[in-house]
Amino acid sequence: MYLEKLSNAFGVSGSEENVRDMIVEIAKPYADEWQVDTMGNLFITRQARRGSKTPAQRVMVTAHMDEVGFLISKINNDGLLKFETIGGFDKRVLLGKSLVIGKNRIPGVIGLKPIHLLDHTERQSVPSIKSMYIDVGANSKGGTKVNIGDSATFSTQFGYLGGTPVEADSPPPKQGRVKGKAFDDRVGCAILLELLKDEYDFDLIAVFTVQEEIGIRGAKVAAYRANPDLAIILECTAADDLPRPNEEDEVGIPRLGDGPAITIMDRTFIANRSLVDLLTETAINEGIPYQFKRPGIGGTDAKEIHIARSGVPSAVVSVPARYIHAPAAVLDLADFWHAVELVQATLEHLPIEI
Amino acid sequence: MKETIKLLTEAYGPSGYEQTVREIIKNQVESYADTVEVDPLGNLHVLKKGTGDGLKIMIAAHMDEIGLMVSFIDKHGFGRLTGLGTLFPQSLVGNRAIFTDGTVAVINAEKWPFPERIDHSFRNLYLDFGVLRKEDVPVHVGDVAAFQRPFVDLGETLLAKSLDDRIGCAVMIETLKQLKTTPHEIYFVFTVQEEVGTRGAITSAYKVQPDVAIAIDVTDSGDVPEHKQHFEVKMGQGPAIKVMDIGMLAHPNLREWMVETAIANDIPYQLEILRLGSTDARAMQVAGAGSMAGGISIPCRHLHTPSEMVNYQDVQQTVQLLLALLSNPVVLG
Repeated sequence: MYLEKLSNAFGVSGSEENVRDMIVEIAKPYADEWQVDTMGNLFITRQARRGSKTPAQRVMVTAHMDEVGFLISKINNDGLLKFETIGGFDKRVLLGKSLVIGKNRIPGVIGLKPIHLLDHTERQSVPSIKSMYIDVGANSKGGTKVNIGDSATFSTQFGYLGGTPVEADSPPPKQGRVKGKAFDDRVGCAILLELLKDEYDFDLIAVFTVQEEIGIRGAKVAAYRANPDLAIILECTAADDLPRPNEEDEVGIPRLGDGPAITIMDRTFIANRSLVDLLTETAINEGIPYQFKRPGIGGTDAKEIHIARSGVPSAVVSVPARYIHAPAAVLDLADFWHAVELVQATLEHLPIEI
Repeated sequence: MKETIKLLTEAYGPSGYEQTVREIIKNQVESYADTVEVDPLGNLHVLKKGTGDGLKIMIAAHMDEIGLMVSFIDKHGFGRLTGLGTLFPQSLVGNRAIFTDGTVAVINAEKWPFPERIDHSFRNLYLDFGVLRKEDVPVHVGDVAAFQRPFVDLGETLLAKSLDDRIGCAVMIETLKQLKTTPHEIYFVFTVQEEVGTRGAITSAYKVQPDVAIAIDVTDSGDVPEHKQHFEVKMGQGPAIKVMDIGMLAHPNLREWMVETAIANDIPYQLEILRLGSTDARAMQVAGAGSMAGGISIPCRHLHTPSEMVNYQDVQQTVQLLLALLSNPVVLG
């Protein structure tokens, strides 16, 4: 399982090279060919197994490499840094968080007034992102090696929750919960790397896309280039399973531990019904738990992939995680491995008539 | 033509679930078409070959209608919903939703007045399946419904659900049936997923790569009491030739051709400048290397509610205008 490594890697939208290099290194033994396009999307092709009946079919499976983060926009005379956000943030999660900045991974902290200094009104509200700053310990404009345009992400390290330490050389655990940054969508990248270890009855085009978090930009050109017959998008989606004291009637979905979440419809995409049916039937036949993602919200690379060229029948499979787009998300490893099993088993049924 | 309109408007086909409508149209057009093809997203491409060196023209009407999807089922067995396309939550109260398998539910609201924010407004609605226990709820999360409304012939006016845009489909079917000869290579494309963002038109126009693209859709009607902003287009005054909407500017030469053809054939027409909404033309205009795009719209009262109205004469005149446009050669420069 490559999730630990990938989660710790640095890859804010537009600066995905660290993640990409890591994936190329891992995937090379399984790749028949690989290429990187002008935007930075990584294409790894695994040719159909010998003797398969319909090797001409092209199936694209994707995950995005980028994560939400920050971009340094100004260095103040007092050495504090102003920043822009990259991707969607709830401003409440930012204050007081520890970051790493730029190629040199310079440490920094998003500053805040401590509780001792807050007046009554300040305690009732969250400051605007515009008013926040990053402290890298410098006293003056020249006192830091950070440059304008450097990107930054949370410094969170991946970790196993629940007590038992996992030794570096032991096989990856199949259950238990883990925490880390950038699970959205390194979890998809990690699943895709597991899938690449197998051969299928079609040409598998594994595409690791860039710039999903700032408007599905990489996937748009990637799908145009790959020109697939069908596509499966691997994602990390927001779990909605925390208690809601004020809304007792509502039962949130998806939930941690209930299996991979299949998308029927989100804000930008209606999934191909034959593929949704194939996924659910496969899950039932193989005894793999699954659930549906809550319809009508969110969006993924599928937005652009399913309308690329003359259209691509597409589906999205996600691992649910709590606290995504925040310093540390939590997911259940059972969901991760069930997602691997589900997509693997589904790919074995392809190609199908859509 | 009313028979076809009844058949089409009573058919079930929310965005992404257009199979039934597609089959009906296929049956109607098959004997008049040179080829009939379904593309990966489900758009129906119906080709009528021309006799000479005409243009490659794509005419599009969308098969999908607004609808809803179950987003979750609450602890008491009531469904909660999200919209497929733009819905006005208040207009849904008391309506019946019919699911793919025929299950019927009533839509009601928790409280009045509705919350201002549209997402909160949807949260305010629920689906009642008439069951007493949660275990008996006959649908699942992700199941899709349309509205249940019969077609009514009011004489000069037609009343039905999903006239947006089954009336466009009916106009195209009728045009194809009546079109004797044409110099043009005409792709009658019945598109999917227009109501969720003209997605079917994006992919079908890429495939067709037309010179000229015309969307046949409905537009608002400015003659109802609730119309606060002045809107020039009115039901019963003839087809509306699109000048602009929020998604596109119609090509001036194409618009001129439509206006001149209407005048020459004594077909009444109006000019449409729409400040809300758009049509498949917006997607066709910029697909591939682009096309000369425009639209002909049929004025429609009570748009995007389960009870839409069009004037039958407007509908017939839209067919006449299309026939006049498509029957003769043209140079659009």
